[in-house]
Amino acid sequence: MADSKDFIAGVDSNAKKSPRRIVFITRRTSAQVKAETEDQLQTFPEVLFRAAVAVMTLAVVLVWIALLFNAPLEGLADPSHTPNPAKAPWYFLGLQEMLHYFPPVVAGVMVPGLVVMALIVIPYFKVNIEADGLFLKDRQRRLRIFYVVATVLSLFLLLFKVYAALVPTLIMVGVMLVAAQSSPQSPSAFRRYLAGRPLSYWVMTWFLFELVVLTAIGTFFRGPGWAFVLPWQGS
Amino acid sequence: MAKTIDQYFDDLRGTRVWRSVFRSGTGSSTLKRALAVQQNVFLHLFSTKVRTRMLSFSATWYLGTLTLGTFLILVATGIPLMFYYHPSVPQAYADTKDLQFVVSSGLFLRNLHRWSAHAMVFLVFAHMFKVFYRGAYRAPREFNWVIGVILLLMTLLLSYTGYLLPWDQLAYWAITVGSNIASAVPVIGEKIHFLLLGGNAVNANALLRFYVLHCMILPLTAMFFVAIHFWRIRKDGGLYSHDSEPATVRAKVQTSASTSATPAKEGQ
Repeated sequence: MADSKDFIAGVDSNAKKSPRRIVFITRRTSAQVKAETEDQLQTFPEVLFRAAVAVMTLAVVLVWIALLFNAPLEGLADPSHTPNPAKAPWYFLGLQEMLHYFPPVVAGVMVPGLVVMALIVIPYFKVNIEADGLFLKDRQRRLRIFYVVATVLSLFLLLFKVYAALVPTLIMVGVMLVAAQSSPQSPSAFRRYLAGRPLSYWVMTWFLFELVVLTAIGTFFRGPGWAFVLPWQGS
Repeated sequence: MAKTIDQYFDDLRGTRVWRSVFRSGTGSSTLKRALAVQQNVFLHLFSTKVRTRMLSFSATWYLGTLTLGTFLILVATGIPLMFYYHPSVPQAYADTKDLQFVVSSGLFLRNLHRWSAHAMVFLVFAHMFKVFYRGAYRAPREFNWVIGVILLLMTLLLSYTGYLLPWDQLAYWAITVGSNIASAVPVIGEKIHFLLLGGNAVNANALLRFYVLHCMILPLTAMFFVAIHFWRIRKDGGLYSHDSEPATVRAKVQTSASTSATPAKEGQ
C-alpha cells in the first residue's frame, strides 16, 4: 500500500520518516556550468595503460638491480661491539651530520620538527601561493631583508663551524644576488628564469640543496669517529 | 568465418558470470569506458577523464605512479619474505641467512625488497619536490599536499622499521643511532624511547615491535592515506586544475592587490 504522501512535498511531511530535499530557486540564482575547454582523455584505457607501462618499466629496472647487486648483510647483531662509525639509514644521514654540529635536542628534534611543520603549512601561506619573482615587487625593502637574513644565517653557520651547510648557503646567496640583478626583460634566458622565481622557490631550493649535500657528506665522506674521509679511502 | 581474439573477449565480457562480477558491462563506447572506471571500487578513486596535458612526461615525470609501483613491489615481495621470517632473537638473523643461501629465490626476493624500499624513499622525496616546483599544492589542492607529507613520514617509518628486521650489525646500530634521537626530546624523551623499543636498548622486544609496525600497522595506515591521496586528486579538480595554475594565481593576487587599500601596483 503506497502512502500517498510519498509524492507530495508538503510542509507537513515528516522528515524523520522520509527525508526530502527541497530546492528553492530564486530569480537571481541560476545553474552555472563551469566551462572546461581543455583537451581531455579517458582514464581507461589511455592513462591506465601508460601507468602500467611506467610501473612495468620500473619493475624491470629494479629486478635487474636485484639480480646484479646483493643487499648488505653483516654479522649477527652484537650490542657489545659498536662499529665505528655507526650510521643510520642513508635518508637520515643528513640529520646525523647535523648531530655532529648541534646538540641532539636541536639537530634531532627541533630541526626535523620544524622541517615537517614547514612542509605542512606550505599551501596555507600566501607567500607560497605568489607566483611572481621575489625581487620584482617592493625591491629595495626585500633586498634589505634578504641581506640581513643571509648575513645572520651565514654568521650562525660560521659560528658553529657548519661548513658543510655554509657552502651551499653561500652558493644560494650568490645565485639569488644574480636573480636580484636580473629582470624579466633580460636577453639571457637563464637570467629571465631567475628573475621570475618567487620566495618559496628560493627557500625550497636552498632546503633541497642542503638536504642533498648533507646526506651525501654523511653517506660518503664520514669515517671512524665521524671524521672527514674521502670515499675511496674507506677502511 | 573465424572469430578474432577481440571477438572472443567480447563474448566473454557478455557472459552472465562476467557481468555479475564487473558492473560496467560490455562495449568500448566512451560511456562504457567511463563506467569501467567509475563503477570499479578501486578505479573510482580516479576521475574518468583527465586533461591531456597531464599525460606528458614533463608534467609529473610519473613520480607518483612510480612510487605506487614500488609500494606494490614491496607488498608483493614482503609477503613471501614473511613466510620465512621469525621476529625473534637470534632466529631473525638465521632466517635472513637462510633467505640468502637456502630458500629458493630468497636472495632475489630480499634484494628486490631492499632496493625497492630505497627506491621508494627516493621517489617519494622526488615526487614531493616535483609537486612543489609545479606549484600543485596551491588551492584547491592544499590538503592533498598535507596528506602527501603524512605519506612521506609513513614511508620513512616503513623503511626505518624494516631496517632492523635482518638483525645484523648494520640493522642493530642504525636503529640504535636513530632511536637515541628520540631520547633528546625534552621531558618525555626517555619515555618515547622506551615506548618505541619496548626497553631501554634495542632488544628482542624492539624487534617484535618493529616487525608488527612494519608488516601490519604502517602498511595498512599507508594504504588508508594513499586511498585518500588518490581520491582527493579527483575531488580537487585533478592535475592542472584551473584554480592552481600560475596564471590564475597571478590574476587573483593582482585583483586582491588592486582592491585592497595599499597602493602597491608596480608589479605587472
